[in-house]
Amino acid sequence: MHHFMLANLLTEPVGVAHYMAVGAVLFVCGVLCMALKRNALGVLMGIELVLNGANLNFIAFGSRFLRGEGQGLGLDGPLMALFVIVLAAAEAAVALAIVLNFYNNYDSVDIDRADQLQG
Amino acid sequence: MDSSWLPTLLALAWLTPLASFVFILFFGKHAGPHGRFAGTVATGAIVFSCVLSFVAMFGAWLPNNELPEAHHGDHAAGGDHDEHAEDGEHADEADHETFIRPAASPFLLASSGGDRGTISLVADTAEGEGDSAEHHIAPNGKPPAVYGVFYNLVTFGKLKLDISYYIDALTVTMFCVVTLIASCVHFYAIGYMHDELHEPYTDHEVTLTDGTHLVRKGRFYRFFQYLSLFCFSMLGIVIAGNLAMAFVFWELVGICSYFLIGFYIERHSASTAANKAFIVNRVGDFGMLIGMMALWSSLGTFAFGDTQNDQGEVTEPGMFSVLRTEENHYALAPTESMEVEGARVVGEGEEGESSHAGQWLLLIAGVGVFCGCVGKSAQFPLHVWLPDAMEGPTPVSALVHSATMVAAGVYLTGRVYPIFTPEALLVIAVIGCITLFVAATIAITALDIKRVLAYSTVSQLGYMMLALGIGGWSAGIFHLITHACFKGLLFMCSGSVIHAVHTNDMSYMGGLRKKMPITAYTMLVGCLAIIGAGIPTSMYGLSGYYSKDAIIEQAWSFAGANRGNPLLSILLIAPVIGAAITAFYMFRLWYMTFAGEPRDHHRYDHAHESPRVMTMPLVVLAVCAIAIGWSVPGTNLSITSLLEQAQPVGTTPGAEGVLAENLVVPAEQLSHVKAVKIPAGWAAFSAAAFGVLLATIIYLWRMLNPAEIRDSFKPLYAFLWNKWYFDELYDLIFVKPTHWISGLIAKFDRGIIDGIIHGTAATAKAAASIVSNVGDRTLVDGTVNAFANRTWDFGLMLRRLQTGSLRTYVLAIAMGTWITYMLVSFIMVARGTG
Repeated sequence: MHHFMLANLLTEPVGVAHYMAVGAVLFVCGVLCMALKRNALGVLMGIELVLNGANLNFIAFGSRFLRGEGQGLGLDGPLMALFVIVLAAAEAAVALAIVLNFYNNYDSVDIDRADQLQG
Repeated sequence: MDSSWLPTLLALAWLTPLASFVFILFFGKHAGPHGRFAGTVATGAIVFSCVLSFVAMFGAWLPNNELPEAHHGDHAAGGDHDEHAEDGEHADEADHETFIRPAASPFLLASSGGDRGTISLVADTAEGEGDSAEHHIAPNGKPPAVYGVFYNLVTFGKLKLDISYYIDALTVTMFCVVTLIASCVHFYAIGYMHDELHEPYTDHEVTLTDGTHLVRKGRFYRFFQYLSLFCFSMLGIVIAGNLAMAFVFWELVGICSYFLIGFYIERHSASTAANKAFIVNRVGDFGMLIGMMALWSSLGTFAFGDTQNDQGEVTEPGMFSVLRTEENHYALAPTESMEVEGARVVGEGEEGESSHAGQWLLLIAGVGVFCGCVGKSAQFPLHVWLPDAMEGPTPVSALVHSATMVAAGVYLTGRVYPIFTPEALLVIAVIGCITLFVAATIAITALDIKRVLAYSTVSQLGYMMLALGIGGWSAGIFHLITHACFKGLLFMCSGSVIHAVHTNDMSYMGGLRKKMPITAYTMLVGCLAIIGAGIPTSMYGLSGYYSKDAIIEQAWSFAGANRGNPLLSILLIAPVIGAAITAFYMFRLWYMTFAGEPRDHHRYDHAHESPRVMTMPLVVLAVCAIAIGWSVPGTNLSITSLLEQAQPVGTTPGAEGVLAENLVVPAEQLSHVKAVKIPAGWAAFSAAAFGVLLATIIYLWRMLNPAEIRDSFKPLYAFLWNKWYFDELYDLIFVKPTHWISGLIAKFDRGIIDGIIHGTAATAKAAASIVSNVGDRTLVDGTVNAFANRTWDFGLMLRRLQTGSLRTYVLAIAMGTWITYMLVSFIMVARGTG
């Protein structure tokens, strides 16, 4: 039945699966962006996409409407999402600082030139 | 003072030098400038001992022990003793006539005399020959003595080792003599060792490899430290109450002499002489140990005196009481245990015959103990160390040669006298006789002033041993005491001369009489004393006159008693000839040193009389050398009467040989009869006079040229100059073979034992190298290295994964995650759980 799931998304009402599909697309876009961009800022953007792709899953699994359950506040999913956002902000700040320093040293933001970690 | 004070007084006198030794040992170096105060402490200690000894003698001994009235007071059956009271020594012979009965009367009744021998005796049961008069002299009992134990060191079964005391007249007399002479030597040494106070001290007799003389720190304090220990050890022998304790102090005396002879340790000759003295003494001590073992294994006791309980009963008899029981009239008889032990050692006799096993054992014991005395008192086979002992400082020579070391041997022989069988006594006499003659002849040619005196000492010790061996106990001990005085004097005089002219060689001296009169005339007194100057057959003379005449009289009496054995008459001829030689070499020494013209003007001009601290002891000893043989006026107190009081138990009547059947040891009192005394006295006098005359002709009047005499007797001169080749002989017999055997053993050691060991080592090394190369290096190391190399290669391979490119990493993470996901999915599908 698994291989039919994607086809069913278009016919079924909006549910968790749809959110997950969007999240997965975002995630894959982010990963591709990270893997293929040579511009460091592009890579940072890819990271944002990856994080937010993951965030969508938290939101989707956290929503009581989407889960169809009435009990509890149902805030665990959004809280995790908030954490991820805060983390993404901190990460972006640190990463931008690294990128700026890298630029100061190399006059470039080409991450292929940052190969000093090679074994 | 009660006689119970005696042990306390003498123990104090004995231990004071020890205290001084300990003090100087710890504080001597810092006592005054360069340890000067150490000399004062040591001298003070020995003077205190001397005072205590005299207090013991006059305060505690004499008031409690009445002196015998005449030579052998027990037997004085009558007669007028007033003359004895005044003369002391050579009392009128008429007296002796009165208490020696004619031989026709087989009995002699002894008068009862206090605790001395009260046994009346003795039927002459044996052959009634004419000269058996000595059989009739009653044996004396135990001499008055105080015996007790200070401290029991340890008890092993029957063997008790005690610090004990045995005090009789001999002990007290020896204490006085030893401490008196030692005091003189201490005072003298303060002056003589003055150079050692200089800091630093330069020893001009030691030349270092760079041609300079040795410069070292002064050792003044150390000299006095050793002197104190020496006195303590000697007094320990004298006070010892058992043979084991005597042996301990005996060895202490040996080690002290080693320290003192080797005092100038940097001089090769001094260290060699010290070693020689020590080793030669060990040889004698080995014999002494054998003697002690023989005594202990058969008697079970070492004690000289009897242990008594509160009721005065004897609980543990000493050796003398065991060997000479009262029931046996104090005659020497081996005990039953001795017969058993002796039979075990020498074997049983033939059937029906007595094996005399006990007598043999007694002979072994006696000769064994005497061996120790031979070493210590430098008797014939072991006399070689004493002349070499001259390497020590002169005060040491004076002390060693007079009051301490060599006296110890004679003293011990005298102390254990009751255990000597007539055969053992004959051994002693023969050894003494050889010694006195050999040493006297060597002294004729010696040119070193101290060496002449050293051989003279050996010779005089021979006289003492001879006297003891032929039955003259008090003559021998008396000569020990008089000799201590005049030999101490002579040595200190020679030291004074050496101090002045800085050489020992008499050929550089001469005419010193004018420069140093006190030394010269005190030495003359010493020379006169040693040759026994006196008016023959009278009672006037110097100390040596009494003692030497007593010895020759005893020898005369001995030769008379053994008329059947002409060989034994050598024991008379040798001392008489020896007396002539003694007189010759002593006056040769005096003339060469003090008379005539100076031979070395440089040394003569620098000569000077010694300081007063050195001359005063000379004067004191000169007075002793003159007067020690006299009795105190108005009393019968004299050394001889004290010695008679101490006459060892049962030895008065002489003895007859058991193993050697013809041997007769005559009673000592028989030598005082007119028939012996007069010819012996004249013989001694004419011998001495002849010696002096000969010396005077050659060395003073120069009627004969010594060099010509030397040339005409060249072989004899060479023989004597080389000291009878004793050193060479011993070198050939003992030293060379020892070196040869040692060389062989060393070769065996180096060649064979070392070879085996080296071979084993080489084999083990080869085996180890195989194991090492094959096993360890190849297998073990190979495995470990292979592991390491593979790990290294693997690491290098993995290293390539780390590209450093971010994009690669991201791709790897993404692909990895995806692949993992796919794998998990496939697995779940395959297991049917998905």
